[in-house]
Parts: sequence; structure tokens; C-alpha cells
Amino acid sequence: MKIVVCIKQVPETTEVKINPQTNTLMREGVASITNPFDEFALEESLLTKEKHGGEIHVITMGPPQAIDILKNAAAVGADKVYLLSDRAFAGADTLATAYTLAKAIEKIGDVDLIICGKQAIDGDRAQVGPGIATRLGIPQLTYVAKVREIDPAKKKIVVERMLENGREVVECSLPAVITVVKDINQPRLPSLLGIKRAAKAQIPTWTAKDVGVDEDRAGLKGSPTWVSKIFSPETRGGGEILKGEITEVVPLLVDKLMDLKFIK
Amino acid sequence: MAKLIIDTETCTGCEACVSSCPFGALSMKDKVAVVDEKCTFCGACVDVCPVSAITLEKDERAVTVDTSAYKNVWVYVEHERGKVANVSFELLGQGRILADAVGCQLCGMLLCDSGDTDGFAEEAIAYGAEKVYVMESPLLKQYRTDPFSGGAVALIRKHQPEIVLFGATTQGRDFAGCVATTLGAGLTADCTGLDIDPESKLLRQTRPAFGGNIMATILDYPQYKPQMSTVRPKVFPMPARSEGRKGEVIKESLPMTEEQVRTKIVDFIKGAEGVNLIDAEVIVSGGRGLGSGDNFKVLRELANVLKAALGASRAAVDAGWIPYEHQVGQTGRTVRPKIYFACGISGSIQHMAGMKTSDIIVAINKDPEAPIFKIATYGIVGDLFTVVPALIQEFKKRLGR
Repeated sequence: MKIVVCIKQVPETTEVKINPQTNTLMREGVASITNPFDEFALEESLLTKEKHGGEIHVITMGPPQAIDILKNAAAVGADKVYLLSDRAFAGADTLATAYTLAKAIEKIGDVDLIICGKQAIDGDRAQVGPGIATRLGIPQLTYVAKVREIDPAKKKIVVERMLENGREVVECSLPAVITVVKDINQPRLPSLLGIKRAAKAQIPTWTAKDVGVDEDRAGLKGSPTWVSKIFSPETRGGGEILKGEITEVVPLLVDKLMDLKFIK
Repeated sequence: MAKLIIDTETCTGCEACVSSCPFGALSMKDKVAVVDEKCTFCGACVDVCPVSAITLEKDERAVTVDTSAYKNVWVYVEHERGKVANVSFELLGQGRILADAVGCQLCGMLLCDSGDTDGFAEEAIAYGAEKVYVMESPLLKQYRTDPFSGGAVALIRKHQPEIVLFGATTQGRDFAGCVATTLGAGLTADCTGLDIDPESKLLRQTRPAFGGNIMATILDYPQYKPQMSTVRPKVFPMPARSEGRKGEVIKESLPMTEEQVRTKIVDFIKGAEGVNLIDAEVIVSGGRGLGSGDNFKVLRELANVLKAALGASRAAVDAGWIPYEHQVGQTGRTVRPKIYFACGISGSIQHMAGMKTSDIIVAINKDPEAPIFKIATYGIVGDLFTVVPALIQEFKKRLGR
């Protein structure tokens, strides 16, 4: 099995706060992490390799410092990691990002399975996985909560997809793109040996030219959408704390809620 | 290539831009602002600079496509198990406002088995569609990515809408990305606001990012059509239903065979009662304060009395007290019920990202300092094991259950 995992570096949003005076985002000292859903994608590749053998290639697109998350990926057991970094990639929306990642996956070549996180927690768009599948002309399975079976010989995969009201069991041919949700596994921590090995790992940087990207279709230039305005959401002020004995506040609360007429 | 230019002569070193950058790409060096490679050219800093020292130089784009042929607002009429999804009606309601602002027609886009066409099209028309474009095929009886994206692409290519809206459901988000990629069109996910720019008549799509910490308004460049968005359920109100309205139904058939569908649905495992957090009007959620999986039974009882769905914080899910399907928050589901009960949930940023747009939030927590009280409409400081049973009794009394 040749597996590609796509990961993204995102800000640790617990630390992103709004400055109440200026109403702007305070980003100073905010740590960058691997997108949490991508941790599950990476773990799933490791579990698949343990079962079926093969090799794991991890790619990320981002500025040079995104190399940190590739080191983490190498530390837990990725065989090869690549950084896609070029000024031509900057400002990409999901269409341009999926195009660029698909070009890199084509360069890696002969891939059986591509695993992505369901979505990144900074943008929450969930479009890059389907975009990659469509660009590569292969099937996609999104919201995967469990991989039931992979048959590398028959080139087949069976998964459970988490929908609003239950789980759909779906079978499809390989190669395919799967996007995974949190429930799928428990990501491991790197071993000391792994961290040491990762520190020495060669991490190639691929530019637009390296992966054969048409610069008109990448980055800001290849993006149909643009951000016209960024603003703070309306802050939701704290409401009313109901004080008093339980025997008093509970009927009071129930009065207020029943008045809304949503509870029938 | 695009460039962000900072005029070092004009820059006063006020640092307003540094804190405005959502990507942390600006910093101060020798008392003037400098930009690094994290810049995505979003332009947030351009607007905040008090001395206009920052300019954004974007590439000239050659307009080669004739976009004047693209007309009308389309709403994807989603259906599952023989029923049209409520989000499609909500979008028809908002679609009407958009179509009126543009001065065009509101249409439904329906992908279904021919036996379902009349019923579903009638529903879409009753909620405001003037026309319904239908792609028919037995392959479209049940949702699968290939025939649905293929069908939508064919309809859009032939009839050229200028705006296409999808519900941001698992279905909508599964195939809208494929459709946009095939068409080379823009797609803005998970919108919570849509309106029309009065001058350019382009669609302004507003959506939360960074876990709801910021809002972004996104537009498509004018040479890309259609403009496509997925929109969260329950953001827009249900429009009034008008029985017996007349509309035009335009039918096409999908030239695809079962062999060309690359995924096969083997089975469907129905979720437990009360797990459908997306459609629920009322959600009762529990967190670390529950203390054990067993203790969820008190919340389950409240949920039963209120006919509510059962939610949970990440802490409760990670402790193994309740399955992941129930998790609300950044790594779970984003919900928007009318009433959200947070019981024994302190209110981490990640949890609040998934529920803070609920209409009414009721927080019950022992700790008066719990952050959840800062966003709660009503709060009770107290032990949930006393408060929740009292609520159950009181609701039972009022509801006669």
C-alpha cells in the first residue's frame, strides 16, 4: 500500500482571543499545531501500514515553518515527508489548494490511498479532500469514522461514514480519497527514538516548478474566491444568572423557556 | 504574483496591523511593520492601518469567460429517505431575497428518481421556487457522490445559474466540493450570512473561521460563475409554505449507468434515538461535571421529556461516557438549536465554537466562574444532580407528561 496523508498547520485556537479594546484578533505567541483531524488521518495511515505493509508519504502546503508538523509526522512513523512551499501557492482558496496538492500526489505517483482530515479547524471548509479526489479522478469517502476492511490485492476498501442520523457502510475501489473524523482511532505519541530520527530526516521542499503546477491555477491567482472583509462576530453577552433556592429558580427558568414555545 | 506592500516612510509603528492579521504574518522590526510568508493577501491589515501605509497589489485577471449568460439563483433540493430536508426550504426562503435583490428567478435543483420528481418539485415550488430543474435517474434514488455530482454538473453547465446554494449537511458538503472543482467555480463553505452587493450584484458570503472567533465575508471574482455556497442549517428561517403554487418543471435524464458509480452502499446503521443534533430544536448536553457515563441517564431523562437530542462535550466523549456521535464542538458537530442546555460543561473555546450560535443557552454549573456563564442566556449556579431532576419534575408537570 502506498499511502499519502495530507496535513495542515493551523493555529492552536484555544489561544486565539479577541482584544476587547481594539476588537481584533490577538495572535501574539499563538502556537501552531497539526490540524487535529489530520492527526487521525496520520494515525490511520500508520494502522493501515501495520496491517498491510507499504509506505506512508506525508505532504503539507504552507510557509517554511510548516516543516514542524512534518517533523512530527516523521517522528510517529511517516516514511517520507514533503513541504510544498512557494510564494506562488500563497493566498490559495480550497480550489487552488486541492489543485496544488493533487499535483504533488501525482508526482509521488502510484498512490493507493489518500487520507485527509475531515476539515481543518482554522477554515472549517471540508472541501480540499473532495477537491483532490475530483482532480485526480478517483472516488472519495468523506466523514469516515471506521475503516472496516482494506483488500490491497482486490483494490477495495469498506468504510463507515458518519452521517447526521447514523452510519453508512460504503464500499469502493482503490485508489480513493478518504477524509476522517475524530472517532476513527487514538493517535499515538512519538517515541524518543522517533523524535531523534525525525530530527535528522531530510525534508524536501517542492516548489510550483517541482510539482509542475501551472501558476495561474495556484495560490491567489488560481482562487475564484477572495476575502473582502474580516470582522469580529457579535459578542454574545452573558445573560441572567438566576439566583435563589432551587425550588424558586427552577420554576422561574421553566416559565421563561415555556414562553418561547419551542418545547412542546 | 500578489504582493502586500508596506510603505516604511508612512508607517508610524502603531502595530494596529499586527493584531489585525488573522494569520500572524505581520510583526514589528525597527519600529515599522514587516510581513512574512504566512501572508495570504486577505487584506485585513489594509483596512485597519490608520495612515494607509499598507496596500495590496493583486494580479490583473484576464476576463475571458462570458459571464452574462449565467442567470438565476438555484437552491439544491436535498432529499433523504423520501423527504426534502428543511435546510432546502430555509435556503429557498433566503434565495427569494437574493433573487429579488439581483432581479432574477429563484429555481430549485433536484436530483432524484423519476418517481419522486412530482412530490419533491411540488414541495420546492410551495416554498418559493419558480422553476425546478430536475435530473432524473434510478441512480439518484439514494445519495451517492458520483451520480449526484455528475447530475449537478450537467444541469449547471446546461442551464448556467449565477448562484447555487447547498445545505451544509454531510450530503451537501460531500458533493458541492466535487461540483465546484469540476466546474472550476468558487465554493464558500458553511456560510451563516448571504446577501447581494448592491453595486456589483455579486453574492456576499459571510462565514465564521477560527472556531467562530472571526467572521469573514467572501466574494467570488466576477469571471467565475456560478457562485456557490454551502449554508448551515437553521441559519435562515423557514419561509411560509404556499399550497397550490404553480411553477415550471424542466426535466433532464442522467446518462450514467450503475457500473459507473464507484461507491456501493452496503448497509446503513441507524443512530441511537436523540443522536440527530443537527435537526434538533432542543439539545441537552453534558460534560465533565457528569462524572460518569451512568450519570448521563439524568440528562437522557430530561432529553426525553423535552423531546430533545442528547449532546456532550469533548471531555465526556474522551472519557468514554458517551459515543462520539454526540460530541458538540470544534472536533464534533456544530449545532444551532433553539435551546441548548449545557449541564456540567465549563465552556472551553472549542465547545463554545460548536454551540454559541444557539438561540437560547441555559448553563447549569457548580462553578460560578465557569466561562459558559459568559455566553449563557440563563445560568443556574448549582449542582446539576439537584437542578436537572428538579427541571425534569417541573417540565413534566407543565407538559402533562
